[in-house]
Amino acid sequence: MTKNVLLTGVGGQGTILAAKMLTIGLMEHGYDVKMSEIHGMSQRGGDVISQVRYGEKVLSPIIEKGSADMIVAFEKMEALRTLPYLRPEGTVVVNDYEIPSMTVSTGLEKYAKDVIQEIQKSANKVFAFDATKMARELGNAKATNVILLGTIIKIMDLEDIDWEQIIRTNVKEKFIDLNLEALKVGMDAVNK
Amino acid sequence: MKKLLTGDEAIARGAYEAGVRHASAYPGTPSTEILENIATYKEIYAEWAPNEKVAMESAIGASMAGVRSMASMKHVGVNVAADPLMTYAYMGVNGGTVLVTADEPGMFSSQNEQDNRNYAKHGKFPMMEPADSQECLDMMKAAFDLSEEFNVLFMIRLVTRVCHSKSIVELGERKEIEVKPWEPNPMKYVALPAHARILRVQIEERTAKLREFSEVCPYNRVEMNDRKVGIIASGPSYYYAKEVFGEEASYLKLGFTWPLPPKKITEFCNSVDEIYIVEEDDPYIEDFVRMLGFKPHGKDLFPPYGEMLPSILRKCLDGEELPTVEYAQDKVIKRPPTLCSGCPHRGFFYRLGKRKNIMISGDIGCYTLAAGPPYNAMNSCVCMGASFSVGHGAQQAFDRAGVDRRVVAVLGDSTFFHTGINSLLNTVYNNSRTISVILDNRITAMTGHQNNPGTGFTAQGDPAGEIQLEPLVKAMGIKHVRVVNPNDLDAVDKALDELLAIDEASVLITRWPCVLKKFSQEDIDEFEGMFSTKNFVNQEVCIGCRKCQKTGCPSLEFQDEEKKMLINPDSCVGCDVCMQVCPVQAIQKKQ
Repeated sequence: MTKNVLLTGVGGQGTILAAKMLTIGLMEHGYDVKMSEIHGMSQRGGDVISQVRYGEKVLSPIIEKGSADMIVAFEKMEALRTLPYLRPEGTVVVNDYEIPSMTVSTGLEKYAKDVIQEIQKSANKVFAFDATKMARELGNAKATNVILLGTIIKIMDLEDIDWEQIIRTNVKEKFIDLNLEALKVGMDAVNK
Repeated sequence: MKKLLTGDEAIARGAYEAGVRHASAYPGTPSTEILENIATYKEIYAEWAPNEKVAMESAIGASMAGVRSMASMKHVGVNVAADPLMTYAYMGVNGGTVLVTADEPGMFSSQNEQDNRNYAKHGKFPMMEPADSQECLDMMKAAFDLSEEFNVLFMIRLVTRVCHSKSIVELGERKEIEVKPWEPNPMKYVALPAHARILRVQIEERTAKLREFSEVCPYNRVEMNDRKVGIIASGPSYYYAKEVFGEEASYLKLGFTWPLPPKKITEFCNSVDEIYIVEEDDPYIEDFVRMLGFKPHGKDLFPPYGEMLPSILRKCLDGEELPTVEYAQDKVIKRPPTLCSGCPHRGFFYRLGKRKNIMISGDIGCYTLAAGPPYNAMNSCVCMGASFSVGHGAQQAFDRAGVDRRVVAVLGDSTFFHTGINSLLNTVYNNSRTISVILDNRITAMTGHQNNPGTGFTAQGDPAGEIQLEPLVKAMGIKHVRVVNPNDLDAVDKALDELLAIDEASVLITRWPCVLKKFSQEDIDEFEGMFSTKNFVNQEVCIGCRKCQKTGCPSLEFQDEEKKMLINPDSCVGCDVCMQVCPVQAIQKKQ
């Protein structure tokens, strides 16, 4: 069975690096893996989606609507936006963190206060926590992405893979310790 | 060794393994990363050309000189390169030559959805369509061998999902190819009518041979399962169809798609009850299958535009997609792309948008975002370099019709070098009075910061001749030239006032670097102190008028409860544009 993990966030949040490390781990574990990204204008404040599919043999690189086993949102509005991709019995991991868009900051739209509650109404399994706050407590908000990677690993039952090695080879040396801690924090977040 | 590569990375790897020595390109989504990756191989000379025509011609010259060469570009880039391409297809190669086109079904970052498979048919040169990254690598290597065997350039047609999707690739070794000797051969390389007429006849012989090859080519392969449904697909559509039809249906997967193999297609169609053709964009395969006398399903069921994703196929076949959850769609905010905090285009367009009685002729770059709110400062955008020439045409028509309206035409530095130079020549030569603006942010920004003839560096990072805009446009005959810092709003206004008052062609150059670019020492020296400060709002003074937000800066966040503006200190880089707009001097600067 092909498994589908959809990572979403706002440009600059590190979704692409998280997806990259996830796919490398899956490949080294012997899975067939495909990943697709749409990132045309993400550097200019748009939303960004990375789609990861893995299994014995993966055909299309695209996650269909209604087929994501897991949505991992680095920003909570992006979880709401991508809910159509969720398999009805799938899991949502959502960073309880808000990034207003231009339409919000200029007063054209309101950012709803109850986004997390709305997600909980739609999905059966929702893990919501402020990963950015946790990352700041570790010393750097940029570690949000590796905290969320830890959560994916835990929920998708991928702990057999040597993630420590993958982090060591894919992040800058001065951030290795930070990210190893972040990985653990992310895995523990699911147990709480 | 196995590696996860995007299609673009795999194309680059394929070029490396095929012994390519020369690669030229102009950046364009989704093709840009091909040359960026090729540039990392020191065995290959890799260059950014000012435009796709030049890139194609550079590859042609290298082939004539005896080396394996290639050009890569986005689909609309092939339009620019079509002139040399169509004639080179007559001539044949010395070193193998491959053109890579990256098409965009769904138009993620393009102005049209043209299907470049039609170019292969139009120009009578062979084409392959990879479905994943492994095929990108394999087909590149095959294309170079076949290009030399059949004496013709090959085209590889990618689509966005192949370019930007990663899949597992088995890497090989580089095969060093000897440089072939160059010999004068006017019959082949000098496209005089007398020569072309002979070559034209030879194309028919070559095409016949290529068609025979297409029949036996391993990239056109049949997977026979149940015979009720037979699918014919090319590129990633093969995988999309397989997601939906599964292992029960039979497949003819076409990878070598010009010339198409009539015998193989006929045999497949005869062996199944119902034929479905799954292809993105035009009914390119479908028309051929119909010509063979079959009545397949294709564009009667599936849309002739957009991607053929599994969800689309399901909807067209069964009327419904996979079940999804209900969700609060009405609470989802829009997240449109915006000019970045500190973007040097902001100040210029903020002021330009306030001008009355002008037409603003625009172009392709990040600055096309100025067409939307809050700037509303762009009235047209056609293609690369068009702003100056469209602006010229409009100005001439306004003037001759007695319409009192000036045209301000805007484009970026890289777009100016691409084809804007030709357009400016026309403005000067034909006595136009447009105001032509070059937004010089010192880099090709939108595609991810590639060097260009004005940046002082090559694609491979070596120092390069740097074209100076101001002396260049003066040498072209522009008498009125102004250079301003676009973050200085008064300077922008003063320059626009002066140039609008002159009844002759003029050029305004705004010069300030893109906030996201990697700065060279020259940048650091020239733009002293850039992006090293912050602006902040004195909450005591702010009257909550939100005028500053008319600059469209994403760092400005209005506090609903306090009715005051706040500047996000994490993203602000101190460009001072908002500071100049504030009517009560509430916005200040800290070092």
